Amino acid sequence: MGFYLLVDFGSTFTKLTAIDLELEDIIATSKAITTVETNIIDGFTVAYEKLMTSIGKTITFEKTIACSSAAGGLKMAAIGLVEELTTEAARRVCLGAGAKVELVLSHHINRSEVQAIKDKKIDIILLAGGANGGNKECVIHNAKILAESDIIAPIVFAGNKDASDEIEDILSKTNKTFFMCENVMPKLNQLNIEDAKNRIKDIFVKNIIEAKGIKKIEEKIDQVILPTPNAVLMAAELLSKGYNEEKGLGELMIADIGGATTDIYSMSEGLPKQMNAILSGLEEPFAKRTVEGDLGMRYSALGVIQAMSDQEISHHKKQGIDILAEATMRNHHIEFIPQSPHDENIETIIASKCIDAAISRHVGTLKSVYTPMGMMYHQVGKDLTETKYFIGTGGVVIHSQTPIEMMKDALYSEQKPTELRPKHPTFMLDKDYILSAMGLLSLEYPEIALRIMKKRIIILGDKHAA
Amino acid sequence: MKSIVIGVIGADVHAVGNRIIEYTLTREGYNVVNVGVLSSQEDFINAAIETSAHLILVSSLYGHGELDCKGMREKCQEAGLDDILLYVGGNIVVGKQDFQEVEKRFKDMGFNRVYPPGVTIEDVLDTIKADLGD
Repeated sequence: MGFYLLVDFGSTFTKLTAIDLELEDIIATSKAITTVETNIIDGFTVAYEKLMTSIGKTITFEKTIACSSAAGGLKMAAIGLVEELTTEAARRVCLGAGAKVELVLSHHINRSEVQAIKDKKIDIILLAGGANGGNKECVIHNAKILAESDIIAPIVFAGNKDASDEIEDILSKTNKTFFMCENVMPKLNQLNIEDAKNRIKDIFVKNIIEAKGIKKIEEKIDQVILPTPNAVLMAAELLSKGYNEEKGLGELMIADIGGATTDIYSMSEGLPKQMNAILSGLEEPFAKRTVEGDLGMRYSALGVIQAMSDQEISHHKKQGIDILAEATMRNHHIEFIPQSPHDENIETIIASKCIDAAISRHVGTLKSVYTPMGMMYHQVGKDLTETKYFIGTGGVVIHSQTPIEMMKDALYSEQKPTELRPKHPTFMLDKDYILSAMGLLSLEYPEIALRIMKKRIIILGDKHAA
Repeated sequence: MKSIVIGVIGADVHAVGNRIIEYTLTREGYNVVNVGVLSSQEDFINAAIETSAHLILVSSLYGHGELDCKGMREKCQEAGLDDILLYVGGNIVVGKQDFQEVEKRFKDMGFNRVYPPGVTIEDVLDTIKADLGD
């Protein structure tokens, strides 16, 4: 066994992780600014040289694999019929594939929505609609509209199977690039993610990577195989479920706070934990990811302020902090690095709000119903109250002196009793920022990737009661 | 195969009869889409849109059916389900009321068929088949 090099082309940084398979450990990491505008190889080369310097000798890598969220990541449009059903199922498939869902469209799409697909430079369109045996009129209409347009993005059809022949005919007549998949919601409220998700990953590797100019690196790198969030999702699932003899950690959540987005992952069935709750709505995936494009430390710092209530803003003001000015400064200077305890305090405030708001949107909720049998609850989404581990990752969390301060805002709170947030998880830190790298490694060496994660992702402190 | 959406509307958790309805209609060759207990009007309607259902069969056992069913026909029209059939049955009103009165009230609300307590799904099969043209 030799050495593996895992590369993550991020929107800001290109991150390298060198692994010694024999030692089952990381030997070095490095990063450099991503240079997708010029030649992506430049940033990689800088990071590679740094890596070699820190290893102290030149080593040969048996294999180099990469994931990417550079050049805007994978931008998708999810199209369905009813907002809460096939549209939501399609959206979840996109998120599960590691995409940024830039557009969510329901019912019959119109000209301005087609224009939006073009304006937002959507990379892949996921077209769903109708349970099998159900409505096909809408999805056929939408296929026709897409076929008549000059959209060049590949179309993945994953709707009512009864419509598939007709849709194949419609799309092939106008020479669209398209792929036929299993329905994302074959039966009412039943979610079928895998087939469409795997197809999206394939298209990402074959079409999108090249279109984004990342293909050029292939002389140095064996493969770019995954969108980065998908690699993280794979690592998280592995860490939760374990592999063969090597046990996993069980139910866990991850918060990844970036400059532009905050991603939340939960590995859990999320079934009701209380007797009087009835699950309603579309099925949830075990490995669930949500991404908030308005919550982040730099590009999206102003969105964080919008998520704050007036009370919160005036509370900070009383402490002598003009949070709006601080967020605006960060939005203008994305390269900003906190210098003083004051700066770090602000980082904590913004990061805490990112986590708080993103968790609110990720976890399931309870809605009470008074019935003749007493109080009952509708549970929509996942019950994550019993989550065992909560892992923080992303630059701001990793570099913080007080990462628990940020993560605490993910916990269950009396003020938000209907949100099924974790009640007493053990906090952990992905201090070396290895999750995406381990997702890549897990494609070939899942056991080693799992053992490295268990070694390198550290416990911050024991149970934290809500 | 024609689709029929069934379920128990409102804050009603009576689950058994609903299962019997599902079993019977499935046996009769229908694609039964069961939205379950504690279902809102929107749950029924969304399911009917996605599955292109011909009939929504609403059950209510706890006496609040009238409140729960109000406005359902209008919502169906709003959702483009112009031709959908609406049935309702069970203990759909409070107390012992004259059923003809009750039937009229529900028909005025846009329900095509209204059934009093004690009518089983077996009793209604012929009507369903006739209404759906089977």
